[in-house]
Order: sequence, then C-alpha cells, then structure tokens
Amino acid sequence: MASPSGGIDPIHQFEISKIGPSINLFGVDVSLTNSALFMILAVAIIYAIMIYGTRLKAIVPGRLQSAAEMLYEFMADTVRSTTGKEGLKFLPLVFSLFIFVLICNLVGLIPGTFTVTSHIVVTFMFAMLVISTVIIYGFMAHGTRFLGLFVPSGVPAPLLPFIVLIEIISFISRPISLSMRLFANMLAGHIALKVFAGFIVLMTTAGGAAIALSPLPLAMIVALYALELLVACLQAFVFSILTCIYLNDALHPGH
Amino acid sequence: MEADAAKLIGAGLAAIGMGAAAIGVGTIFGNFLSGALRNPSAADSQFGRAFIGAALAEGLGIFAFVVALILLFVA
Repeated sequence: MASPSGGIDPIHQFEISKIGPSINLFGVDVSLTNSALFMILAVAIIYAIMIYGTRLKAIVPGRLQSAAEMLYEFMADTVRSTTGKEGLKFLPLVFSLFIFVLICNLVGLIPGTFTVTSHIVVTFMFAMLVISTVIIYGFMAHGTRFLGLFVPSGVPAPLLPFIVLIEIISFISRPISLSMRLFANMLAGHIALKVFAGFIVLMTTAGGAAIALSPLPLAMIVALYALELLVACLQAFVFSILTCIYLNDALHPGH
Repeated sequence: MEADAAKLIGAGLAAIGMGAAAIGVGTIFGNFLSGALRNPSAADSQFGRAFIGAALAEGLGIFAFVVALILLFVA
C-alpha cells in the first residue's frame, strides 16, 4: 500500500477494482466490482440473520432470534416515536436502509474488507431514495398542501419571503447533508485508522528509540477501533432517524 | 507561494471548522447530560433528539472535513 513517495497511502483502501471478467451490457460496464461484492455479502448476512434467526419462531427466542427481533423492534419504536402510527407503513423502507447501512459499516471494519458506505455515490443514492419518497408521497397524499411545508405558520408577512427561501434551501440541502454525513464519517474513520497503522510501519523502520515507542500508535488503533465500532452503529441509527424525520414532513406537512 | 503549499494551508484552515463542530456537539451532549441528571425519568424519551441535534451539528463539521479533502486530493 505504499504510495510513489514512499509513505503510506491512506486512500488506497477506497479504490474500486473489477473482480473477474469485464461484462458490457448495452454499452454500460456492469462487471462485478469489490464494492458490488461486499454489497452482495452484506445482503447475504442480513438474510442469514433475519431468515435463519427467525426460522423456529420460538416463543422463547434463542440468541440469534432475539438479535433479529430486537433490531426490528428497535426500528419499529424509532419510527413510531418520530412519525406516529401512520408512519409504520414506511417501516420496511427505514428498516432496510438501517440494517443495510449498519451491516455495510460493520463489515467494512474487518481489516482487508471494503467499506461500501465510504463512497458518496452509494450514500447519495440512499439519500435521494429517501428524499424522492418524501416528495412523491407528500404530493400523492396531500397534493399542493404539501408545499405548506415551506410556509411556516405565524411568521410576519414582511419576513415570509426570506423564511420560505431559507426553508427551500434547507430542504434542498437535506439529501446532500444526509449522504455527506455517513460518507465522511466512514471515510474519516478509515483514513485515521490507516494513518495510525502507517505510523507503526514508519516508526519500526526508523530504528532506535522510535521502535520502543511504536506500541503507542498500536494502542491508539485499538482505541480508535472501539470508537469506529460506535460510529458505525451510531451513523446507521442517525441515518434512519433522520429518514424518519424527513418522512414525518411528508406525513404531516405544515408546521 | 507555490500552489501546493497554498492547498495544504487551506486544508489546515478548513480543519478549524471541525473544531467548531466539536464545540457544538459537546454543548449538545453536555446540556443533555445535565438535563438528564436533573430529571433522569425524562432522559430516555429525549435520547433520540439529543442524537438528532448532534448529527446536525456534526454535519457542518463534516462539510469542513470534505472541503479539506477536496483541497488535498481533488483540487
């Protein structure tokens, strides 16, 4: 993983490479990449937890069944508390997003794997899926009343144009901030891990007193890994709770 | 000044924004904790809101981080 300048290249781990033969379909390159491979892996893990875990449907659940049920009930509680009972029809969407992001983040933490969510293309597609659901459902359910989202009640008339402008800008920036948050958190965490790993290599090759100090970055990596584990779960949760809040706008427009 | 040096200085300046976001996140969790210690029974119901606030404050710091990354690797 050495860069041409001789140091450690922390960006190398995010490179997308093709696996196997390149396939061209109607002029579009659809060959299997490492990103796609880890997405398939994540889906396989989710299916394993959900289907294998709940196969017995025991009254007293086993460990895997408890894990599957707790994940589901945790998300159902989140959706219910942020959007109310009528928001539960969006639970499949929110739950799928949550568990896919969670498993992708956690799989990416295993050394040598690829983090799917560290690419803005992937997270931006998730965010656009959420925002288009909000817009389409909002107009379907409320028609033009959905536009009341941009007009808060109780604002003095002279201020209203500015407030509406600010509301529109904040609505447009939602998919950007939603995708950027997940992407940048994953990217920053993995770069920090790789930079500290690079310190160990540099210190042990430097020789002398640096070798004696080289366990320090190693201890730092262990601490960072614990933090990254927290961030991986937290960002999946934040992504899904913000999805719920945006869906709440579509369910109950008007402030 | 060389263009590369200017880029590196700019990336360093952009990193200040992350410190400002750290103040914001710290304020949110500090206030949440002081409120939760006064009224522990209400803490659980406000846990999600604390994280929403932290996520929104953190998002702005993330923008600063992205600016630094763009300066270092893209621009």
